[in-house]
Amino acid sequence: MNFDLSDEQRLLEDTLDKFLATECPMTRVRELFDGEADCDAAVWSGLGAIGVLGLHLPEDLGGAGLELLDLSVVAEALGRHATPGPFLEHVLAAMAIDRAGSSSQRERWLPGLATGELRASFAIAEQGDSGEHWRPEQWQLADAGTITGEKRFVPHARGADLLVVGLRGGGFGLVEAGAPGLAIERLAGLDRTRRLDCVTFEGTPCEPLPRGADVADQVLDAGLVLLAADAYGGAMACVDASVAYAKTREQFGVKIGSFQALKHQLADMAVEIHPTRGLVWYAAHAFDHLPEGARAAAANAKAHLTERFVDIARRAVEAHGGIGYTWECDVQFWLKRSLFDWAMLGDANLHRRRTADLLGW
Amino acid sequence: MKRDCPGKGREALFCRAVDLGYGTEYDAHREQVRSFLRAHWPPPEANGDAPGAEPVRRFRRAGTDAGYLYRNIPRRYGGSDQAPDILAAQIIREEFAAVRAPMELTGQGPQMLAPTLLECGSDWQKDLFVRQAIEGEHTWCQGYSEPGAGSDLASLRTTGELRDGEWVINGQKIWTSHWRTAQYMFALVRTEPEAPKHAGISYLLLEMDQPGVEVRPLKQITGESEFAEVFFDDARTPADWIVGERGEGWTVSRSLLRHERNMIGGADRSGALFRSLLRLARKARIDGRPAIEDRQVREALADIYGYVETQRCSSYVQLTRELQGRDPGTLPMLNKISDTNIVQQVSKLAHRLLGAESALAPRGQPTGRTSGSEKWTNQFMGSLGLAIAGGTSNIQRNIIAERGLGLPRDAAADRDSAP
Repeated sequence: MNFDLSDEQRLLEDTLDKFLATECPMTRVRELFDGEADCDAAVWSGLGAIGVLGLHLPEDLGGAGLELLDLSVVAEALGRHATPGPFLEHVLAAMAIDRAGSSSQRERWLPGLATGELRASFAIAEQGDSGEHWRPEQWQLADAGTITGEKRFVPHARGADLLVVGLRGGGFGLVEAGAPGLAIERLAGLDRTRRLDCVTFEGTPCEPLPRGADVADQVLDAGLVLLAADAYGGAMACVDASVAYAKTREQFGVKIGSFQALKHQLADMAVEIHPTRGLVWYAAHAFDHLPEGARAAAANAKAHLTERFVDIARRAVEAHGGIGYTWECDVQFWLKRSLFDWAMLGDANLHRRRTADLLGW
Repeated sequence: MKRDCPGKGREALFCRAVDLGYGTEYDAHREQVRSFLRAHWPPPEANGDAPGAEPVRRFRRAGTDAGYLYRNIPRRYGGSDQAPDILAAQIIREEFAAVRAPMELTGQGPQMLAPTLLECGSDWQKDLFVRQAIEGEHTWCQGYSEPGAGSDLASLRTTGELRDGEWVINGQKIWTSHWRTAQYMFALVRTEPEAPKHAGISYLLLEMDQPGVEVRPLKQITGESEFAEVFFDDARTPADWIVGERGEGWTVSRSLLRHERNMIGGADRSGALFRSLLRLARKARIDGRPAIEDRQVREALADIYGYVETQRCSSYVQLTRELQGRDPGTLPMLNKISDTNIVQQVSKLAHRLLGAESALAPRGQPTGRTSGSEKWTNQFMGSLGLAIAGGTSNIQRNIIAERGLGLPRDAAADRDSAP
C-alpha cells in the first residue's frame, strides 16, 4: 500500500513552487491579469526548461515518459499559484498527437511541444442548442480535406503554432497557425489567467490524426483529471489565504480568527477540500493503471473538485470581508479560475450524469 | 513497501509511487487467514443456522490463539499480543468481513476500558478486568457526560469523597449507553474540589448493582431507549478502584491506545450506506419510472458519490502516512465530520425518494404492515445523532480550526478553574 506522492514527485512539486514563487509571484500574476499579454514568456520557457511540458510524452521524442499523476502535480502547482498562461490545452494537444498521430506527425511536432518551443492549443467545443458541445460524439465539424466551421472556448489559441481540432466522428485534426481561412477572435473571458478564443475555419486545410477517434475519450479524461488537480491547488490556496487573513486582521481588539463563527466557516472549507487530494490522485493513477474504473474516476474527480473550488472560492471572498470584494484582493484570481475549471470540458452536472452512466446506475 | 521502479534513465528518477495493493509479502498472511476461516467459520455444529453464543465465543478464542483478534492485548490478559502491523490487521478485517465472521467484541468494556487499563491501570486491575472485558464476562458502561457537562466535559460536578476506605459518589450522569446489561461503570468524578477544573477529576470504577445507583432510561427521538440517566446517591466503590492517581482522571480518559487504528472503517461504512441508497433509488418511483432514471436524482447521487469516494481515497492517504510515519496533516481530524456530512446528505436524498412514506413511523402501524422502507426513517433520525454523539460537529470544527488550521484558541475554553 502506497498512496502518496513519491519523493521524486515531491521534489517536482517543490521545484515548481520555488520557480513560480520567484518567477511569477502574485504581483506578477496581477500585472498579467490586468495587462494584455497572454502569458509571461519567461515563465513558459522556464516550465519547458524544468521539463514539465513533456512529462507525459515519450522519452525518444523529448518527453520524460511519465504518467498523468506527474502531470497533475504540475496542474495543482499552477492552480495554487494562479499562474497565467497556457498549460492544459497544450499538454492535451500533445497527448492527442502522441496517442493518435502517425510516426511522422509525432516526430514533427512532439519534440518542440515537449520543450515548449512550439505551443499548441486544443479546440473542441461547439455551440449547441442548449449549451456547448464538448463530447466527441457531439462534434459536427466535418473534415473534407478542409474544414469550415467554428470552435469556441479555445484556450490561448492566439499565438499557438498548432491547433488540435475535434472533428465529426470523434477524431482529431491538425491545423497550423497561419493556415488559410483560420481566424481567431478573443472572447471576453472572466479568468484572465487563461484567455479564451473563438476560432473559425473557412476552407481551412486540416490534417487528420489517424487514430483520433480511438483516443479522444482518453485525452478528454486526462483533461478532466488535470482540471480537478488545478481546482484542488486553487481551492487550497483560497483556504490558506483565508486562514492567513483571519490570523492577521484585527477587529474588536482581537484577531478575527479567534471568533468561533469564522473558525467554523474556515473549518468547513478545510473539511470540503483537504481530503479531496486523494480523489485527484486516484483518478490520475486509474488513468494509467486501472482502465476499468478510470473513466468514471475522471468524471467524478472533475465534477467534485471543480464544484468544490467554486464554492470554496466564494466562501474565501466572504472570509476576507470587504477587501475580498475588491479587485485588489488576490482571491478574485482563484474565484475566476474556479469558473474556468468548472466550465471547461463540460460542467460539473454533465460529469455527474456521466459518472452515473459509467457506473451503470 | 515494494515499488515498481524500473531502473533506467529518467524513469529511475521518477519511479511510480502509487500502489494500491498490500505487497506480495502479505499474500501468505492473507492465505493463512483464509485457511483459518475455512476451518473455523461458520462453526461446523451450526449446520447452516446462525451460530449460538457459545460457538461464537469458541471461534473468538480460536481467532485470538491464531493471532487475529485482540492483537494489542497481552496474552496474560487474554489477547494475542501481536506486533503492530496495520496492513496485517486490515487484511484480517477484510477476510473476516468477506465470510461475515465475528471480529472482536464491541462495546465500552473491550473498546474503552481495556485499552485504558492497559495504559494506566495497576496490575491487579488489569488481572481482574481486562480479560473479563474482552471476553464479555463483564459488561461495562461509561459515566462521562452530565446534564451540565456536555461539550465542556471537564466542568463535571459528580463528586467522589473518600470515607472509611470507600469512595462515596453523588451526582448524575447522562447519555449512558449499554445501561440494560452493564454490570460495571467507569466514571469521571470530581474528587479534588479545590483543584483547577481538569486537575480535580479522577477515573473511578464501580458496580452498577447497588442501592446508591439508580438508572432511568431516556426515550430518544426514535422512540427507542439506547441511553439512560444514572443517579448516584451515596453510591460506593472501594478506595483502590481508581485508575491512575487522584486528579489524573482527565488524562487517563484520554489515554486510549492508537494501536492499529482502523482508518478504512468510516469509508467502508459510507460506501455500504451509499450502495443501499442506490437500491432505494432503483426501488422508488418518479412519474411511474424508477427514480434512478431521473436526471436530478442521478446528479444528486453522483454528488454524494463524490464525497464517498473522497473519503475512500483520503483513507488510503492516511493509511499510507501511518505506515510510513509521515505527518497526516489535518486529515484524521476531518474524518468524523466528513462521515457525518455524508450520512446527512444520504438521509436528505432518501427522504426525497421516500415521498409520503417518510411521514410514517418506522414501526407500529395499526395494520402491522410496513413498506420495507422504514429503516430509512431510522436512518433519517440516526443521522442527526451522529452529528452529536462522540463530540459534536461544532466541537469538531473548533478542533479543526485551532489544532488543524492554527487559529487562536478560544479563551473561554482554556479557562482552567473549578466550576
